[in-house]
Amino acid sequence: MKLVIGIVRPEQANQVLEALHRAEVRGFSMSRVQGHGGEMDRVETYRGTTVQMGLSEKVRFEVAVSDNFVDRTVEALCEGGRTGEVGDGKIFVLPLDHAVRIRTGDSDEGAVTPVSK
Amino acid sequence: MNGVDTGDTAWMLVATALVLLMTPALGLFYAGLVRSKNTLNTFMMSIAAIAVATVTWAAVGYSLAFDGDGAIIGGLGNAFMSGVDFAPREGTTIPELVFFAFQATFCIITTALISGAVVERMRFGPFLVFAALWSIVVYAVLAHWAFGGGWLISGGTLDFAGGVPVEMASGFSALAAALVVGARKDYGRQALLPHNAVYVLLGAGLLWFGWFGFNGGSGFSTGEGSVLAFTNTLLCPAATLVVWFALDLFRGRKVTAIGAATAIIVGCVLITPAGGYVSPGWAMLLGALGAFPSYGIIVWRTRTRVDETLDVLAAHGTAGLIGILFIGFFAQESWNGVSDGLLYGNAEQLFDQVLAVLAAPAYAFVMTFLLLKLVGAVMPLRATDKEEAGGMDVTQHGEEAYVTGEGAILLLPDDHDKVAVPVADPG
Repeated sequence: MKLVIGIVRPEQANQVLEALHRAEVRGFSMSRVQGHGGEMDRVETYRGTTVQMGLSEKVRFEVAVSDNFVDRTVEALCEGGRTGEVGDGKIFVLPLDHAVRIRTGDSDEGAVTPVSK
Repeated sequence: MNGVDTGDTAWMLVATALVLLMTPALGLFYAGLVRSKNTLNTFMMSIAAIAVATVTWAAVGYSLAFDGDGAIIGGLGNAFMSGVDFAPREGTTIPELVFFAFQATFCIITTALISGAVVERMRFGPFLVFAALWSIVVYAVLAHWAFGGGWLISGGTLDFAGGVPVEMASGFSALAAALVVGARKDYGRQALLPHNAVYVLLGAGLLWFGWFGFNGGSGFSTGEGSVLAFTNTLLCPAATLVVWFALDLFRGRKVTAIGAATAIIVGCVLITPAGGYVSPGWAMLLGALGAFPSYGIIVWRTRTRVDETLDVLAAHGTAGLIGILFIGFFAQESWNGVSDGLLYGNAEQLFDQVLAVLAAPAYAFVMTFLLLKLVGAVMPLRATDKEEAGGMDVTQHGEEAYVTGEGAILLLPDDHDKVAVPVADPG
């Protein structure tokens, strides 16, 4: 079992969702985060106060998957998130010790495998 | 001053301020309907209309609309506000300065309305150029036809507060603008949802408030026509709201807030041309019946490839057209002192109204199409796909509506010439 974390541009979030859907990855969560990944800073001006915005809006996907789903999850995140410009984001794959599905008490592989009902 | 009535002037000063408020209100209404990354750009298009259309109006727009009674266009006798002073405007009891300012606010709001068709992708610079040209070539000409002594008003077409130059002109121009500028890159592929329904409702409420000046001031006095239009501006949109609730319930089993905001606009537009010409009872019927075509077009338009983003055609073009036609049937001389409609035995009035709904949309559509093609030949109308994805607020204005300040580094004046470098590549 692995936890795949993908941090992508908010404007690519929909493409990532579509790619995950095509890859038949069903369970995930996403959150809005702010981050910096080496992209050019934006300079903004508010009533004469000029600031350099060091943080950009990003969307963070977290997907817990069984081992044979890792590759296709990573591919989906890459395919959906890529624009080719600096700031497209990162993917991290972490080992996952334990998982429990709250509704049924299923644990580990059973908990991260989608059920059809 | 001889011929100036103080009561009429007092009301018209207030009415002018009320109509000016409608443009920021429209900005708020539109801003709520777009995605959060385009909030400021959308709002700014309305503010830009105040800037640009006021200047063009003072320069030549007012004169072309209201100087003389040429069939197609006015003269240049009042260009640069020449002769616009304290003397009463011909046919009214208010100083021409007030008349000028009141009419200017109409040109402003109409120019702002078209932005609804092109938000979220049209660059700000070309919009300014287009707005300046449009306010002269389309608005001033149609205002002359319907208000200023042109062929429609002298032929007997009745348009109390702007079904021709404001509502049909903006609606059909919006359709042309949407076709020339093209759809947003995500249109039809992603759900593009309003980001703040509260702005939409508040904007619609403020628009309705301002509309009492728009319709109530279009008699240029505190006389019967103004009073009738004022109260009809309460009755007609209320009837539209009730019918819209019913249509929402019938279609989706729920009454929606953004639907209600839309209904307020549609109702106000419906009564705009007819306000001073139909009885309060017929005004409510107009509000109720007029909800159907606008509702239908909104439902239909979203299934097409035409990204007329904020439905200016449905809310303004269609409702304005219905309002103009309605006069031809239901105008009542016992209420308006001017003319009867078909229902009261005067078929000719209907004919005059039909002329307006044929000519005004055609002129507005064709001229807007050509104007935008012209501007587009000189400069690109659209932001690039990348700019569109990043949001128009940052790419067009260098600001964000919902900035948090986290991660913002203050640049001191002598830092300004430093070029931002990627942190990963500081060398």
